[in-house]
This record gives sequence, structure tokens and C-alpha cells, in this order.
Amino acid sequence: MIPAFPDAMPIEGFIGGLLIGLAAAIMLLGLGRIAGVSGLAARATGIADTGAPRNIAIAFVIGLPLGALLIACAIGEVRVSFPPSIWPLLIGGLLVGYGTRLGSGCTSGHGVCGLSRLSPRSMAATAMFMASGFVTVGLLRAGGWL
Amino acid sequence: MNRTLIALVSGMFFGAGLAYSGMSDPARVQAFLDLFGKWDPTLAFVMGGAILPMTCAWMIKSRLSSPLAAPAFDLPGTAKLDRPLAIGAILFGMGWGIAGLCPGPALADLAIAPVAVLPFVVAMLVGMAVHRFIPVPPK
Repeated sequence: MIPAFPDAMPIEGFIGGLLIGLAAAIMLLGLGRIAGVSGLAARATGIADTGAPRNIAIAFVIGLPLGALLIACAIGEVRVSFPPSIWPLLIGGLLVGYGTRLGSGCTSGHGVCGLSRLSPRSMAATAMFMASGFVTVGLLRAGGWL
Repeated sequence: MNRTLIALVSGMFFGAGLAYSGMSDPARVQAFLDLFGKWDPTLAFVMGGAILPMTCAWMIKSRLSSPLAAPAFDLPGTAKLDRPLAIGAILFGMGWGIAGLCPGPALADLAIAPVAVLPFVVAMLVGMAVHRFIPVPPK
């Protein structure tokens, strides 16, 4: 626990992060691909017609909730707290879906895989979506929505 | 080993990591982006934890001529910085901040809070389809 940030979970965060990195390493070294969730989700649903083989995309996308379910069973409960209104989810979802396709990636592909590869493209994208996220939440707070 | 099975295992490790790290909680992710509120640094530890094994993986990759279970590496280029990348990343960051969700946690949450996350997942797929089927006007 970090005294200044009582809600933070640095140890669980780091261990969970290791699992995420291990997942991406399995994808890279085993199948020769980036574990980019937005691209694989678009491919699995048939929205994208290029990218990973369909069976790989579908299996990965099914694995995400399965893995989360295993953790939920193992530790009893995974605490999640959603916005009280449906609008942030709908507006946020549209922006995330469109933006990740236009920008060729999200937190996993550009963030985890691209940063560790020292890819200039991914470093730029990660810097921009982080900055955009900070500014957006800052504006929401300034506007009294949080 | 079966490639589909490898992809499933990769997805399961990924989803497990998201759930264990607290990143499946939209409020926690939004709190990381909330510098002027009750800031929660957990996401930074998750990123650090994830980048560590992946840095090793890229070093191992550079010594391999092909992946262990597929004929060839199929990886995106790293150099090109263009306008779609910038605009896409900025729009994605806006949605990420508004909802506290990005694609991985949203899909993992289908097992944890399916009813709550469903509107986001549907909207995200609609957003992806809009990009796919409605062409961007030439600049």
C-alpha cells in the first residue's frame, strides 16, 4: 500500500501487469503477432477483413473474459464500478471503437507491445492517447461531471 | 502446438492480468487519468509489469527467424507517424477517459459485469464498424 494513495494496488497491479506482458509474449513468440485487443476484436467480429487469422482472433477474444472469470473464481470477487449513466459508456464506446481503428491500436498494441518494442509510432500514439485521456478527465472534473 | 489453443491461452493470461490488476474496474482506470481528483497510480504499475516481460520477448524475438508455432512473424511497421494515427489516438483517449474503459478491460468485463459493460462493447463495435464502412473523406 502507498500511504498517499490508499486505494492504489501497486502489488496486484504489477503482478497483473506481468500476466498481461506474459500474454503478449506468448502471442509474439508463439504466433509471431502483436496482442493488440482492438485489432483482434475487429478481426474476430468480422469488422476487419485483414489482420490475424480469424481463428486466432476469435480464440484470443474468448480468452479475455475466460481469464477474468478464472480470477473472479480464484479470489472471490473482482470489484468493478461503472458510470451511473449509460451515456458515458455509449459515447466512450463509440470514440474508443472508431479511434482505435483509425489509430491502429489501443493500450495493448501501442501501449504494452509498442512501447516495449521502442516503436516510434506506438510511442507517439501512447503519448497522445494518454494526454487526451488526462485532458478529457480533467475537463470532465472541471465541468462538474465527476 | 495448436495455434488456436495458443491464442486462447494468451487471451486468458491477458484477461486474468486485467482482472487481477484492477484494470477491469472503469472507476480505477478513470482515477488514474484524474490528476486533479483522487489520483490512483495503479495503472502505471500495471504498465511497468507488462512492459518487463515484453521487453524480454522482443529481445528473444530478435534472435528467432520465425515464431515457435507459426511460419513467420507478421508485425506492423514502427516508423510511420501520420494524421490518422494522431487523430485516432486522441479520439481513443477521449473515449477512454469518458468511460474508463479500453478494449481489453471491456471484453474481460463481459465475464465480470456483463450487463453493465454491454452498452460500451456494443458502442465500441459500432464505432469500429463506422470506421470500416464509412470512408474517411480525403483531406
